[in-house]
Amino acid sequence: MANKANNLKGWLYLLPAILFLGFFMVYPLVDVFIYSFEEGYNSASQTFFGVGLYNYSYVLHDPYFLQALKNTFILVVITVPLSTVIALLISVGLNSITPLKKLYQTVYFLPYVTNTLAVGLVFMILFKKTAYTDGLANLILAWFGKGPVDFIDGPYWAKMFVLCFYTIWAVMPFKVLILTSALASVNQDYYNAAKVDGTSPFRVFRKITLPMISPMIFYLVITGFIGAFKAYSDAVALFGTNLNAAEMNTIVGYVYDMLYGDSGGYPSYASAAAILLFAVVFTITLINLSISKKNVHY
Amino acid sequence: MKVVLQNLTKKFPSRNKKSGDEVIAVNNFNFEIPDGKLIGLLGPSGCGKSTALNLISGLIEPTSGKIFFGDDDVTHLPPENRGVGLVFQSYALYPHLTVKQNIMFPLQNLKGSERPSREEMERRVLEAARLVQIEALMDRKPGEMSGGQQQRVAIARAVVKMPKVLLLDEPLSNLDARLRLQTREEIRRIQRDTGITTVFVTHDQEEAMSISDMIVVMKDGVVQQIGRPQDVYDSPVNLFVSKFLGTPPINVFEGKVGGGRLHIGGEAVLDVPGAPDGSVFVGIRPEGFVLDENGPFTCQLTGVEVMGRDISVVCRHAANAQTAAIRAIISAENRPKDSAKDVRFALKPYKVFLFGRDSEERIEFQTPKR
Repeated sequence: MANKANNLKGWLYLLPAILFLGFFMVYPLVDVFIYSFEEGYNSASQTFFGVGLYNYSYVLHDPYFLQALKNTFILVVITVPLSTVIALLISVGLNSITPLKKLYQTVYFLPYVTNTLAVGLVFMILFKKTAYTDGLANLILAWFGKGPVDFIDGPYWAKMFVLCFYTIWAVMPFKVLILTSALASVNQDYYNAAKVDGTSPFRVFRKITLPMISPMIFYLVITGFIGAFKAYSDAVALFGTNLNAAEMNTIVGYVYDMLYGDSGGYPSYASAAAILLFAVVFTITLINLSISKKNVHY
Repeated sequence: MKVVLQNLTKKFPSRNKKSGDEVIAVNNFNFEIPDGKLIGLLGPSGCGKSTALNLISGLIEPTSGKIFFGDDDVTHLPPENRGVGLVFQSYALYPHLTVKQNIMFPLQNLKGSERPSREEMERRVLEAARLVQIEALMDRKPGEMSGGQQQRVAIARAVVKMPKVLLLDEPLSNLDARLRLQTREEIRRIQRDTGITTVFVTHDQEEAMSISDMIVVMKDGVVQQIGRPQDVYDSPVNLFVSKFLGTPPINVFEGKVGGGRLHIGGEAVLDVPGAPDGSVFVGIRPEGFVLDENGPFTCQLTGVEVMGRDISVVCRHAANAQTAAIRAIISAENRPKDSAKDVRFALKPYKVFLFGRDSEERIEFQTPKR
């Protein structure tokens, strides 16, 4: 009996959170799922013609969506591994110096507290080619005898480079923060034991440091994948709101455009695109989890 | 391999930058550890015994002085070139590797001609595992084993590369009381079997006394006394050493020597021929008391603690210094009456030590032949 009363009490305590999450998270999610199957939905009259897979078919044949899908995948494949590896290198470096350590930690953390749009503006100044200046990036290119490239309005690869560069730069501070604290929490005895046994620095890193911080690396890879798949504001900050024209749209950007953009007013297409994104992220996360079982040591 | 420490000193810079005082963790050590012996470094916490061990291992460099392994000066040699095996207080087993992989780790570090073949590695790992009797647990991870088993793996990992010197830092401190007894016998056995010169650090005098060939008693970075456990116990050089060794601890009184007789609280309790007149601290081992109705030494009885074979008579005395109560251990057959208010003791002369009141150094007197 006491158990049952306890159970009731437990649910009572959970109730506010459940109600809140139910209204604002679960209900909309279910709604999006339903919308994605309603064909010819009109948001003004709230009517639709039928139920089926037409929305998915439309989205999958839309060149803008395919472009967004391609952009998002390139972004994910390049930035997640690269940013994690660079963050790891920086963290190991930070962990092994003593003077000015605090200063460097602060410097590396600064991007985290700066505004995305403001930083996007700075990046535009660095990379944009105008009538008055070629920008700092082109100045450096000129030293190597390479012609000026318009990174903001120019060729596709240049724009993708800037987007990846920006994304890596923006996610770095958080990863460095997590990894430096993970490294600092590894018991010094392990390193002393390795030292007494004459272990080479590379082997120490591969056989001791990496396995010890593998849960944190795994956490960063998973959240990194999810974050990169949901990229949108970074692209807007660099290329403006008309991302389709710039060929720099992302899946989330496509969803937004379908809802509110110039070509907007199609909640069904937006829902279908959102569900497709969910399916992709879900699959990748499952793959990540299964790989991690072998390589992550808790 | 014998180990010689010569004027070994380690100073650490002060945490408090303003005062600028250095902490002297190890102060001018001079001693020789004979080949193939088991040595216990013993002292209260913070006395520098772990620092001394780390100096021998090479993990920290001495401020001054020299360390020799055999005839080789290893003072500035990095730990990997000294040929030492070190067992950490935390064991420091790699949690993601199995027992076998842990023990093999030091062998896989070897390079070039020193690196044994795959079969040779397997053979040596198995040999080390047999030595510590964990060959049945080779595929377990450290997290799946008890503290005692982890300890054995740590020892196996330290001996697998056949070190010249084996160092153990507080090897028993993480084990429960029963396992501690068992493991200390085990360490003794492993040391005998391998014949490796072994140094271990402990704050537990019983542990050190029970298995060491030789103990080194330290206090505040200074060596107080070196010798065979029984010799140090029977003949401590100062008050600190006498108090640090023995359970229950030695009973300390304030006393006076006058005319070759020792007085405690007005009673002449013992003849101490050869001791100069003056104020002294008197240390009496618990087993140095003999119940005697006509004995010269009177105490107020407060209770009797039964320990089975022996009993410990707990009493008070006005001249008692530094210890809470006086404990006399006597055979259970001579139990005093609980109703008695006072008990009288005779003293065994060779269980009584005199120390200078100021210097706290031992004052010798002639004891009758045993």
